[in-house]
Amino acid sequence: MYAASDLRKNLRIKMDNEPYIITEFNFVKPGKGQALYRCKLKNMISGAQFERTFRSVDVFEPADLQEKKMQYLYEQDDKYCFMDNESYEQILLTADQVGDVRNYLIENIEAEVLLFEDRPLGVTIANFMDLVVTKADPWARGDSVSGNTKPVTVETGYVLQVPPFIEEGEKIRVDTRTGEYLTRVKD
Amino acid sequence: MYEQWPLAKKQSTLRLRARILQELRNFFIARGYLEIETPCLIPAPAPEFHIDTMICHDWFLHPSPELCMKRLLAAGYDKIFQICRCFRQHERGVRHLPEFTMLEWYRRDADYRDLMEECEDLILHLAAALDQDGAICYQGQVIHLQKPWERITVHAAFEKYASLSVEEALAGDRFDEVLTARIEPNLGKEAPTFLYDYPLDLGSLARVKKEDASVVERFELYMAGMELANAFTELTDGEEQRRRFVKEEDKRRWAGKPSYPVPEPFLESLQGLEGAAGIALGLDRLIMIFADALHIDDVVAFPPETL
Repeated sequence: MYAASDLRKNLRIKMDNEPYIITEFNFVKPGKGQALYRCKLKNMISGAQFERTFRSVDVFEPADLQEKKMQYLYEQDDKYCFMDNESYEQILLTADQVGDVRNYLIENIEAEVLLFEDRPLGVTIANFMDLVVTKADPWARGDSVSGNTKPVTVETGYVLQVPPFIEEGEKIRVDTRTGEYLTRVKD
Repeated sequence: MYEQWPLAKKQSTLRLRARILQELRNFFIARGYLEIETPCLIPAPAPEFHIDTMICHDWFLHPSPELCMKRLLAAGYDKIFQICRCFRQHERGVRHLPEFTMLEWYRRDADYRDLMEECEDLILHLAAALDQDGAICYQGQVIHLQKPWERITVHAAFEKYASLSVEEALAGDRFDEVLTARIEPNLGKEAPTFLYDYPLDLGSLARVKKEDASVVERFELYMAGMELANAFTELTDGEEQRRRFVKEEDKRRWAGKPSYPVPEPFLESLQGLEGAAGIALGLDRLIMIFADALHIDDVVAFPPETL
């Protein structure tokens, strides 16, 4: 169990049998008054957000969440199929559940699927992914002003800004947490 | 790699902090106040239901130096001030540090109205010394300092800003919730605000108002929606003080909080005291205002998480 003083941003708790994540947290207390824990919560299943103020007497159950190693297989009709590495069981995640991660999903990569009582909630992958550039305008030589960028498309269909010297067919490393270009990768 | 930057970038704020400390001392010394020091480690704090102390061996780190300061007052020291560290368990947020700096000052033969005026003079003195004459800009909001500042009773503030009365809020145990969510954000916006005359149960060391026995002579000073100081016309009736301590201590026990010994020397000393007033001002927050800082961490060198 958690006490109110354990509450913090990103803590995951269970209320009315559903998992919630604290997305914003603020400790408020008049000098002579009671401690109040003002939270913004997000339902990890429905995505619904709301504000709630807790008091020091409130207690919370941790949300019983599991992270399972899975392999990404394919996408079909806006559903993303993952396979459990141990049981070989396959599950489908919606585009909402996959979120921004879909920008970096290539077949057969390792992923961690977050589950609440066997229901998938979301997925995380490695912080860095190497992706092949499938579409890029040619580099106009002479355009060497530092800080200049151009948009390219990578194999997943994701479009991002890169330095002008990146060309079609090259591999680039992308930070999956920010979606930003990091470096060119030589095989 | 060890990062110097988070500490190095605070230099201008820490210099401002040092200037403010210096100017506070100049202000009080010029007014005939004596700077005193009292122990941080005490055997018996004032029992307050909502203030949790830190236990250190069998004693306590003081949550405020008030009891020792009132003993000095009772012994005839008629104007005293102290700048010291205070400790409160579990208080950590954008405006809270579990170890923070308090400025307290006490006067004999004065009441809370005198302290309101002294607050005005103190902050005007600081503003002038820091070349922020007449107004302070905090987070894009201009706070005008011309005297007198806004004074509003707790009763009137609930009527003006909240959808329920003080009595309804107290009955539903919603006083603090409504105060922080509905009222405080409106206080001290264009000018600093004194919120005063608190319900009887909300001021266990304050004197009951002569003209209205339902309230105590207590005020809080606000600037930019932020609580800066709490003041009382001090309760000097030892027997009444003992009854109120027992009441708070009972509430603490019911809630399963650690119990405190009765601060006997303090209660006995009250015989030597008649009219007196005292105030505690959160110095880190005052520095936040002058430094235009949003987070209390910005005005101290070492927030606890960085140690």
